[in-house]
Amino acid sequence: MRVRDLRVWYGTERGAVRAVDGVSFDLTAGETLGLVGESGCGKSTLGRGILGLLPAGAATDGEVLYEGRNLVALPPRELRGLRGPDLGLIFQEPMTRLNPLMRVRDHFLELLRTHEPGIGEAQARRRSLETLGAMGIPPTRFDQYPHEFSGGMRQRIMIALALTLRPRVLVADEPTTALDVLVEAQILAILADLRRNFDTALLLITHNLGIVAEACDRVAVMYAGRIAEQGDARTVFADPAHPYTRELLRSTISLATTELHYIPGAPPDLADPPPGCRFHPRCPDAMRVCPAQDPVELDLPAGQRVACWLHGPGGAVPEGGTLPLEREEIALAEEA
Amino acid sequence: MPRRPEPDTAQGAAAAVTPTAAPLLQVHDLQVHYPLRGTFLHRLLGREAGEVRAVDGVSFEVARGEVLGLVGESGSGKTTLGRALLRLVEPTAGSIRLEGRELVGLSEGAFRPLRQRLQMVFQDPHASLSPGMNLLSAIGHPLVIHGLARDRGELRQRVAQALERVGLVPVERFLTKYPGDLSGGQKQRAVLARAIILGPELLVADEPVSMLDMSVRAKILELMLELKAELGLTYLYITHDLATAKFFCDRIAIMYLGRIVEIGPAQAIYQRPRHPYTQALLRAVPEPDPSRGVARDLPRGEIPDAVSPPLGCSFHPRCARAFEPCGWERRDVATMLESRWATMAEEDWRAERALVGDLGALAEPGEVARLVPGRDASTADLLGFLQRLRREGADPFWQGVGELAVEDGAVTVRFAPAVDPGLVVDGPVEVACLLYGRTPHADHTVPDA
Repeated sequence: MRVRDLRVWYGTERGAVRAVDGVSFDLTAGETLGLVGESGCGKSTLGRGILGLLPAGAATDGEVLYEGRNLVALPPRELRGLRGPDLGLIFQEPMTRLNPLMRVRDHFLELLRTHEPGIGEAQARRRSLETLGAMGIPPTRFDQYPHEFSGGMRQRIMIALALTLRPRVLVADEPTTALDVLVEAQILAILADLRRNFDTALLLITHNLGIVAEACDRVAVMYAGRIAEQGDARTVFADPAHPYTRELLRSTISLATTELHYIPGAPPDLADPPPGCRFHPRCPDAMRVCPAQDPVELDLPAGQRVACWLHGPGGAVPEGGTLPLEREEIALAEEA
Repeated sequence: MPRRPEPDTAQGAAAAVTPTAAPLLQVHDLQVHYPLRGTFLHRLLGREAGEVRAVDGVSFEVARGEVLGLVGESGSGKTTLGRALLRLVEPTAGSIRLEGRELVGLSEGAFRPLRQRLQMVFQDPHASLSPGMNLLSAIGHPLVIHGLARDRGELRQRVAQALERVGLVPVERFLTKYPGDLSGGQKQRAVLARAIILGPELLVADEPVSMLDMSVRAKILELMLELKAELGLTYLYITHDLATAKFFCDRIAIMYLGRIVEIGPAQAIYQRPRHPYTQALLRAVPEPDPSRGVARDLPRGEIPDAVSPPLGCSFHPRCARAFEPCGWERRDVATMLESRWATMAEEDWRAERALVGDLGALAEPGEVARLVPGRDASTADLLGFLQRLRREGADPFWQGVGELAVEDGAVTVRFAPAVDPGLVVDGPVEVACLLYGRTPHADHTVPDA
C-alpha cells in the first residue's frame, strides 16, 4: 500500500479541522509500521482514512494506492468489497464489536459466508478453528457467547476474526490499551507473529513508544496531522532526527527512567494550527524559519525521512532563518 | 529537570523510608469480601451464592513520608484495598490503624474528622470532577462539607492557595473554569488541589497518571513529588504501571488476586524480582528499546475469577515454575487439555476430545479429578491417553499429579496436597512463593529459586 499526500478534514462550526494534512508513507507485505503520537494528533483518523472508514462529514483527498487502485476515489460499493478479504481493522474495545447474542462460531461463519460465498461448512469451521487456535482460543469454546470470555480472550477473538479472511493490510488501533500488561504482551507477541504466519502488512496505532520499539519494524511519528519523522524503528529510536521524536522519547517513563522530562504545552487545535512547522511553539530547537515556512520532507543518510528545518535543505532557508526563534515561555495553563 | 532523590544503596533506601516515628499506617490481615447476589432459586433455598474475595488477608505498613506502591493487574484487589483504607468500602475483617488508632469499626461520626487526614485521587480526572461545578466550588467542596471555611472570602482564598500549589495559575483564570474547559493534565491538577485542600497526611492515589498522555505524565508525577516535599505527604500509589512505580515509589507491594505476593524496597524488587509473577510482569513491560523485541514465554491465561480462586498459590495455573505442592487441582485438568487442543489440527483434537467425557465435571475446585471416558471410549483408552501426556510432560501441570488410576468406570487423577504460600523473608524482601524459604509441609525438594 502506498499513501501519497493524504488529507482528511472535518467541517465544524470553527471551520475545517484538518486531522490528516498531507501524509505519505508506504506499507509493505509482512511489515509492521508503528504510528505513534500524542492524543489528538490524527493517528486514528489516518488509520480509518486509509481503509475508507471515516464517518459522514469527513472529506478525503490524496491517494491510497492498493493494487493499482486509488481507494480514496473508489466507489463505496467496491471499497466495501475490499474490506475484510483485503483490508482489516482491529478496534480498541472488543466487547463493543462482538454481538453479545451471537456465538463465537456464528461470528466466524457469517463473516466467511459473506465474503467467500462458495465456502463449505466444514472448510469454514476448519479455517475459523485454525485462526482461533493460533490466538490460543481452545476449540472447545467455539460455541460459547462473547460474555463467557475474558477481556484478553475477546480481543484475541477480534484479532482472529480480522485474520480469518487473511487480509493483506491490517490496521490495529490501540489494540492493547484496555488490557493488562501480561495480556498486552501476549497480544503483541501474536501480532508480531502475523508477519511470519500471514505475511500481513500491519499498521499498529499506539501512543506507547515501548510497543513500537518492541513490535514494529518501522515507525512513523505523527504530530498535528502530519508525519514528523518516519523510518526504521532502530534508527529512529537510536538517533531521532526530529526534535518532537526526541522529546517524546525523553518524556516516556520506562524502567530505565531516572529523570523526569516532559514536552511543555499541548498539541494545537487542528482547526487553527500554527503556521510553518506545527511543532515550533513547543520545540526547544525552533529557529526563525520554523514558523515562517512549512518544513520540507527530506531523506537522511541514516535512512529516516524527516520534516524539520534543522536538516535543511540549506538553500531553502532564508538569510538569518537558522537563528534561534524568540518566543514567550509556554505557560502551564497551556499544558495537555 | 527534576531528579528523584535516590539513595545509593539498599541500606540507604531502608534508612530513607524508616523515619523515627511509628508507622503512619498499619494494615493487618485486611479482608474485603463482596457477597454475590445469588439467583432467585438460591435465595429461595436459602443457599449462599458465594463471595468475591477482593482483598484476602493483606498486611503492610506505611511510614510517614514514604511512597508505597501497590502494583497489580486489574482484578488484583489493589483498588478495593485503597478504597477500604478510606472506608469507601467496608472491610470484612482485619485492622487499619492510622498512627495507632483503629479505623475499622469506627462509626461514621467518629471517622469523619479522620477523613481529613486521608484523601484519595482517582484514575479518571474526567469522572472525578462534576461537569456542572466550576473549580472554585469543586475544590472548595471539601471545606464546605467539613464546615472549615468561615465565609465565601475564606473559601475563595483557600481554593486560590490550593490552585497555586498545583500550578493552575493565574488563579483568577482558573477559579471560574469548568472541567470541560480543562485539558487532561489540568483536570488532574484540579483533582490534586481538591485532595490537598483539607491538609491531609496520607494520599491514596489510584492510577493518577494512567489516563494521561505520555508527554504530561511526568509533569503530574513531578507535581506529586513537589507536593509531598512541601506538605509532608505520604503516598499510597496504586498502579498497574511498573515503570512509573519504579521511579515514584520507595517500597513496592505486588498484588495478585487479593493478596500481596511480594513486598520490599523498590530497588531490591526491580533489581532481583523473586516471585515468578513479579518476574513475568517486569519482562512484559514494553520498553522503548528496539533491541529488546516482543516478550516471550509469558504466563498463559489471565487472572482467574476471585469468586473461586485456584487452590494453593493463586498464580500456579499460569506459572511456568510451579511444582508439586503449588496447588494443582481438578480445574487444571481442563485447562491443560484445552491449551493443548488449541494448538492441534481439527481431526487430532477431535480424536483426543472423544476420549474424555464431560469437561464441565472439571469446573469445580478439588484435589481429586474424576474423568469419565467419552461415549465410544473405554477407561483404558482414557488412562492410556493421560499416561502418554504424562510421559510427554510438556505441561508443568504433571508435576502436581500424584496417582492416575481406574476406579468405578472412571479415571481418577490425584494431586499432591496444596500448600498455601505465606510471605517469607528472603533478603530485603518478603515473598509468597514456595520456591523460597521453608514451609512446615515441605517434604518435597524445592527447585532452585
